[in-house]
Order: sequence, then C-alpha cells, then structure tokens
Amino acid sequence: MSNYQTHITDMLIVGAGLAGERIAVEAASQGLNVIILSLVPPRRSHSTAAQGGMQASLGNCAMGEGDSTDVHFADTVKGSDWGCEQDVARAFVENAPLAVREMAVWGVPWSRVVAGKRTLPDGRELEEKKEKEGLITARDFGGTAKWRTCYTADGTGHTLQYTMDSMVVQMGITVHDRTEAISLIHDGDKCIGVVARCLRTGDLRVYIAKSTVMCTGGYGRLYSASTNAVINEGNGMFVALNTGVVPLGNMEAVQFHPTGMVPVWILITEGARGDGGYLLDKNLYRFMPDYEPKKKELASRDVVSRRMTQHIRKGHGVDSPYGPHLWLDIRHLGANHINTNLREIANIAKNFAGVDPVKDLIPVRPTQHYSMGGVRTNKDGHAYGLKGLFACGEAACWDLHGFNRLGGNSLAETITAGRIIGKKVTEYTLGATLSYSYEQVNNAVKEQENRVKALVNGWNGKEDVYNLRNEMEKSLMDYVGIFRNGPDLQKAVDNLREVYHRSLNIGLKSGGEGPSPELAQALRLPGMIRLALCISYGALTRTESRGSHAREDYPKRDDANWLKRTLAYWPEGADLPELKYEPVTITELPPGDRGYGESSAQPEGGGKKNG
Amino acid sequence: MADRQLTFEIFRYNPLKPEVAPYMQTYKLAETTGMTIFVALNMIREEQDPSLMFDFVCRAAICGSCAMVINGRPRLACKTLTNTLPAKIKLFPLPVFKLVGDLAVDTGTWFRYLSEKTESWVHTSKVPDPKVQEERMDNAVANQIYEAERCIECGCCIAGCATANIRDEFLGAAGINRVARFMVDPRDERSPGEYFEIVGSEEGAFGCMGLMACDDNCPMELPLQMQLAFVRRKMAAYGLGYKEKKRIKP
Repeated sequence: MSNYQTHITDMLIVGAGLAGERIAVEAASQGLNVIILSLVPPRRSHSTAAQGGMQASLGNCAMGEGDSTDVHFADTVKGSDWGCEQDVARAFVENAPLAVREMAVWGVPWSRVVAGKRTLPDGRELEEKKEKEGLITARDFGGTAKWRTCYTADGTGHTLQYTMDSMVVQMGITVHDRTEAISLIHDGDKCIGVVARCLRTGDLRVYIAKSTVMCTGGYGRLYSASTNAVINEGNGMFVALNTGVVPLGNMEAVQFHPTGMVPVWILITEGARGDGGYLLDKNLYRFMPDYEPKKKELASRDVVSRRMTQHIRKGHGVDSPYGPHLWLDIRHLGANHINTNLREIANIAKNFAGVDPVKDLIPVRPTQHYSMGGVRTNKDGHAYGLKGLFACGEAACWDLHGFNRLGGNSLAETITAGRIIGKKVTEYTLGATLSYSYEQVNNAVKEQENRVKALVNGWNGKEDVYNLRNEMEKSLMDYVGIFRNGPDLQKAVDNLREVYHRSLNIGLKSGGEGPSPELAQALRLPGMIRLALCISYGALTRTESRGSHAREDYPKRDDANWLKRTLAYWPEGADLPELKYEPVTITELPPGDRGYGESSAQPEGGGKKNG
Repeated sequence: MADRQLTFEIFRYNPLKPEVAPYMQTYKLAETTGMTIFVALNMIREEQDPSLMFDFVCRAAICGSCAMVINGRPRLACKTLTNTLPAKIKLFPLPVFKLVGDLAVDTGTWFRYLSEKTESWVHTSKVPDPKVQEERMDNAVANQIYEAERCIECGCCIAGCATANIRDEFLGAAGINRVARFMVDPRDERSPGEYFEIVGSEEGAFGCMGLMACDDNCPMELPLQMQLAFVRRKMAAYGLGYKEKKRIKP
C-alpha cells in the first residue's frame, strides 16, 4: 500500500538556480502559490559558479560605446552558427538590459564605471567618460563586437543568486531543498506534476501543480572532465525525455570551455582572457594570433577550443600525467588586478593546482562546459509534447544558443529568459485548472516504488552503478569530444547502447536505506545514459560541422541539408533515440560567415583521438 | 608525500537507523598526486562503501556545501589537499547543524532562517522600472558591498563558534556579516533603529564572546572580526542613544 506525502500548488519549479528562482519571483508577484524543488539549498546552485558576467548591451563603458540590442543580436546569431531561433534571440537581447537593471534595484552590487584614462595590457588606451561614471560597466568576452559583459568583480553568479534568493526569501516562497524530481506525472497529453524523492529521508513524495517548470541546468557530469558542479547530471532533461513524448533539442551541441584547469577541471573564467590573458604553448609561445589574427584568444569558445586542440596535436602541448595541456598566462596583468578583479581565479589556482598566477602559469585544457541542447520548448518556454510542462535556462533548448553559446550569454539567459518565460508560465497557470485522477498519480508513484525495490533487492541483476557510470563518461570523453568523426561516434553509440542495457540490471551494493547516495545514482543512471546516446547518436547522424559540433569527416557547414534542429525522442522500450528534425527560425540575419575562425577549421593529424 | 597510505577515520551515523549508535569507521586509501578530501571521499564511496553520506556541489570552493571538521578544524573538504595533512585523517560532520547522515549536515534550513531573521534583502520603497537608466553607484561602494557578500554560507564560522555551540538562537559571524552587507548598501533604507531590532541583542552582535574562531576558520578569508566590530560599534552607539550625532550610513 502506498504511503506518501502529497503537495498541491499552482506552479511547481524544479531547480532553484537563477532561472528557477526568477520564474518563482515572477509567479509569486502575480499571487500564485509556488513550490521550488532543489537538490541543494538554492545558494549552492551551479549558477553561483558563473564568475565572468552576463551580456547586456547597456553601452556604458568606453569600449561598449555604440553597442545596441542589434549588435548583441548579431553576435549571438553568429556565435550560434545560425543554429538559434532568431525570434528568441531578439526577445532575449531586448530584455537583457532590463533584467540587469532590475537586479540592480534588487541588490546586485554591479561593478561600475570609474571615470578616467587607463592603458590595457595590449597597450591600447581608453578613457571612461565622466558622464558615465557610476553606471553599470562591462568587460570584454569572446565572440562579441563590444565590451558587453556586466559583472560583479569576480563573483557575478554568486551575487545574482544571492540577490535572487533574497527576493525568494522576502516573498516567502516555499523551497523544498534536498528534493529530487525523479519522474513526471502525465497522461501523454498534459503534465500534472512530479514524483520526487526526499534526499533527507529517501521517502517518495508527490507534487501536483497546474504547471511544472524544469530549471535543472545542464548535463556536464556525463563527461569525466567537466567544469560543471557534481549535481549537473541532466536530471530535468532525462525526466522529460523518459515521458516518450517530449523531445530534446540539439543534444549533440556540447560546448567545451577553452580553459579548464588541469587536473581538477575547475573553470578558469573567460574573464581572464577578456582582461588580457594569453594562451602559451610548451615553448611559451603565444600561438592564438597565428590562427586567429583578429580575435586572438577572444574568438568564440568553440573556435578557441579547437585551435588549442589543433595546436596540441601538432605536438606543442605541455606533457603531464593527465595528458598534454597548454598554459594560461595572466602574469602581465599585475598583482593588483589579479588579486582584485580576478581573485577567484587566483584562489582556485593556488588552492587546487598550487600555482600563484601572479608569478606562475596556469595549466589549462579545453573541458566540457555547457549544454546548448535540452528540453525543446517554444518561445514561451512551453515544452513540445506536453501541456503544462515548461523549461528554462540550461535545461532548455529555447533555443538561444544554437550550436555554440557566447560567453556571458548563459548567465544572461537565466534571468532574462526567466523574466520572459516567467510571465508566460504565470499567464498559462492563471488560466489553467487543476484536475487529476487518483489512479494516475498512484500508478506513477507505484512505478517509482517498484524501481527502488528492484534496485535495493537486486531483482534485475547486480551491475555496479559506479562502474557503468565510468564507462559512460569515458565513451563520451574519448569519442564525442571537440573533434568528432564517423567511426569514433559509431564506437560511442555501440558502447553506450551496451552500457545502457547493463544499466537496466543495476543492483545496489549497500542497503539503500534512507537518503542513500548509491540509490540516488542508480535511479539516475539509465536516464543519464539515454542523454549520452542522444548526444552521440545526434552527432553521428549530423554529417556537417556547425559551431561546437566539429566533424573531421564533414568539416564544412552544410546549410543546404543541415540548417535544422535535431529533436531526439525516446520511445518506450527503445535503446536508441528516435531523431526528427525541424527548421530553424530565421527572421533577420540570413546564414553567412561568422567573421572569426571558421566552422570548417580543418584539424591537423585528423583521425587521432581528441587530445 | 608520494606512496603514502592514508587512514581515514570517519564519523558514521544514520538518524533514520537510531538503533545503530554513532561510531567511527576506518578506511585505507593510497594517496594520489593532487588528492583532495573531495577526491578521497568519492574514491571511498565508489570503491569501498557506497553507503557513505557527504555533500559536494561545485568542488571549487564557491558553493559552500562541503564544510566538515577535518582533523579538528571546520574546513571546506574540496579545497583541503591531503598532502597538507598527516597520514591519519579524522572527519566529523559540522556541529550546530542538524545531521542528515555521516558527514552531511543541513546548512540550508539554518541559513534560510538566518536570512529571514536578519531580513536579508534590500529594504527599498522604490519599484524597479527597468526601462529607465540605473541609479548611479560609486564603484568603491559596490566593491565594499561585494566584499561582505562574498560569504558562501558554508557554516565554518558557526561550527567553530563557542557561542553558537551553546546558544541555539545566536546568529554568529555569518549573521553579523550579513547585516553589515546591508548596512553599507545605500539602496537599503533601514534606519539604525531597525537594524538594532535585528542584531542589537544577545542573539546578534552582543552575544559574541570574542574568541574569533570565526575569523580563523573562514575559508573565504572574510574580515569577520572587523565586521563584528563595525556592527557592534554602530549598534552600541544607537543603543546608548547617540543616534542624533552618529549616522549608520556612510
């Protein structure tokens, strides 16, 4: 007999990072009852780790003069390699400055313009104008025509999250932390909530709501080397995929950040290069200007990551027990700048690699960083396939980023999309009614209860969850990395299919009592492997190169055949996703040259493994 | 340091199985280059004991999830390298906070209470109109606010605080630093009297016994001693009736 707690609310938000909390604030301000579920206390969300900043075309600083929403729009579309939805990008760039100003009123201590002349590390001189003093300033980021990235010293994500959560606390919004959504309750037409597991007691709970919003972030932890927090396992994406009716968009679009620190893969923010940092090879030679004379270290992330990998393959990498790497050099920025504006980087380098960037070089290598793909939604954030299901932020494929996201556009997406989609979900919820059948809910819980029992008792087998997880990570890392090719991708798909079948036979080693971490992992793993298969099978099928998806055997962008978005569905009982495609919305800017690097960057020594 | 065999003694207790009394469990592990407590605990869980409970999120000293008592001191486990410790490493959960199990404690509930109690939000009568240009702020003031806002709510200052260990309601250094963050913020319209209502008591600025373990243990190296002095001085001035002459806001 089932015995579980049931919570009923207007709007259920899964994930308390910036996107989730921004939507909650919007809904609560319209009088809706909201419950937010979160794996961790909101202020521990991965949003807080975003150090660099968020793009918004305020144009206050000297190097941002002449900036506008149109320029931001063009940068975003080019960055996406024309894979984004242009109507979405337009709404985003128009709202980003508003979102920044709103956060200023709510409490974010944005860094401000200081009037006067200064000299940049590359010798350029600039003068901040007196009439702009005290307005929100911006720094340089890759792939942008203007300095547009608004920031708070070295802790932009932290201050945004703390301020947003202060609004959530002020409004008395209910947050159930240490709670994990493990399946959606739906009838194939409409979503009415989730079955969740309490990570304090291990108990199952039911949440019923007029609308359910997935804001669970990305899936970085599918890869063994990722800058992401350990909670970024793609939960919201596979919970949606598991319904069989909700597709994931462009899962093969995976961003690698050029500067993950070896060997712990902690991110060194793009701000380091934006502020004038160089990339050096084993001969301490600055190689980026040879490849990208115009943007140098500040071409878009996919281009810089590929150039670094190319350079390593030519034999210019620094050997280490963790594989070859390159150096990030910020010594010339000076102790004062490093210890104030780039203090987090200095701390991370000291604490986790034992190097002091004021006098030492930082070992870096491209590392998995961001998932452009996610739960496919329309421009209102409404998921394809299920009424009442929404998604926002990295968990979603809204689709602002196409095949490559610009630095500073993810943090900007969380609060800007949160603002736009928050209004839309609120509108939907105000007009919705709540009806559900007891039987439907009970069946949904029963199904999860049975999964738990089978895992605890080893009814399906005794496969070890951690072994399988390591095999999944390795398949993606080795065969679905920065440069991809048909034979490697086929290997990944074959391995992952096998690992997927084995994951259906997991049995726990521990008793699985209470908030068992092994049980939590075992409940997630089959879903995670499904995501890994969506990524690798989508990449195998897409026979072109676009943005972050670089095929050695198909090095050119192919607009005639591939100017379209992948939609991955997981039919009941399948061991591979079913792929469909849809056209990309182009409203203003027809496909053209990105103006930096080329998506056709031909790797040297093609055919080798990714370095 | 190479080739060391590490011995971990780890506190074990599952509140859902009260019939098993708390005990210490020993695990052996070969040390690897660059090993942190984060790396070590995950290896133990994956290879030796999948029931072991502990919390990590960012593993980069940004999120504050992984504080625990390591060889007697509250620290962030993710940024504690094993090569800075002797071969025998004792791990306990943070005191003060409610135990979830083994090394995992519930800091989230505690800090939400702190935010509610100190009303940790900008108290303003202004309604945001994002269509108009933002109000100006001196960059030095922005930096000053950010300095106090760098707290990651890890709980090290609370766990190491004698007062917090004996008095449930004491807000500790994290609470006092939080109040200081809003006191320096010109957007917050609260008067000295309103701040006094929040921290002018034994639960707030006047409960501190001055042992300053908070300042020693803070992994973010926040100037907690200075913040405590700052808030105490403002509150004492107000409490003693100097409110006409002294102004709280800079």
